[in-house]
Amino acid sequence: MSGTDFLTTRFDTAVGWARKFSLFHYPFITACCGMEYMSTACAHFDIDRFGAGLTRFSPRQADLLLVVGTVSHKLAPVLKTVYEQMVEPKWVIAFGACAVSGGIYQNYAAVQGIDRIIPVDVYIPGCPPRPEMVLDGLLKLQEKIQKQPQDWRWRRKT
Amino acid sequence: MEKENLIEEIRKRFPAEIESDIETLGDQILVVRREGLIAVMSGLRAAPFDYAVLLDLTCVDFLATENRFEMVYHLFSLSRNRRLRIKASLPAEAPVVDSLVGLWKNADWLEREVFDMFGVGFMGHPDLRRILMYEGFEGHPLRKSYPWRKEQPLIPMKD
Repeated sequence: MSGTDFLTTRFDTAVGWARKFSLFHYPFITACCGMEYMSTACAHFDIDRFGAGLTRFSPRQADLLLVVGTVSHKLAPVLKTVYEQMVEPKWVIAFGACAVSGGIYQNYAAVQGIDRIIPVDVYIPGCPPRPEMVLDGLLKLQEKIQKQPQDWRWRRKT
Repeated sequence: MEKENLIEEIRKRFPAEIESDIETLGDQILVVRREGLIAVMSGLRAAPFDYAVLLDLTCVDFLATENRFEMVYHLFSLSRNRRLRIKASLPAEAPVVDSLVGLWKNADWLEREVFDMFGVGFMGHPDLRRILMYEGFEGHPLRKSYPWRKEQPLIPMKD
């Protein structure tokens, strides 16, 4: 291993550590899973313990998109636009059975999982998922962020 | 007016328009010919019957029967605290009925929803267009003949 490689690896670890504990999330809430999101975000379960407490209500200021609830075909272009408005680096969590796979809805209206529209990093199943599952999903995402190669501005993309 | 008397009174008033009356689980239902719908409804809305509120308006699709669509209206009388259900059958080849927007303003969006979901036409409706589904959507999704699981995405979908 050359010196540059060593430096890069150490730098990736440092940036990943910083990023995983400062997730600004944008809640894209359409259905009843929103209740579980609220209870996760509020003091009892307290998502802020894991550094993801700062909710941004503009996708331009967020780096974690939480898709909470059913997405219909009428809403699909909106979700795509919201995802495209977010700046890199960005991550997506599919929250609840409907966002993961369409859930109980298999008809003319519901999108069968948001991964048909945008890339998803972590899937949290459940109808609705309990707050413990949401926190577990968040920890899984933090693990993923820590391990992935980081983009930073003076590093050349290959 | 007592419960039984009321139905009798209504039937006496509209002998030609009303086909039959049914009672299920304590709910009273009048089956009306679709040509006489406006006459019956405006009569029920006024005194002495006084069914001033149109609670809901919807449709049922009985596929493969002669009278395929059945309109269902729920009326409520504030002064009497009494409900009444009106049904009217529509033939499969021409599912068209008179609009009630002239009697109740809230029939406007309710009828648009039935038009959107079932493709029932409302004669005299001021603005009959889709209310829930998006522009470019083909067919009427709550019809029994709409293909199961048929989706009409607005943007390209990955498989």
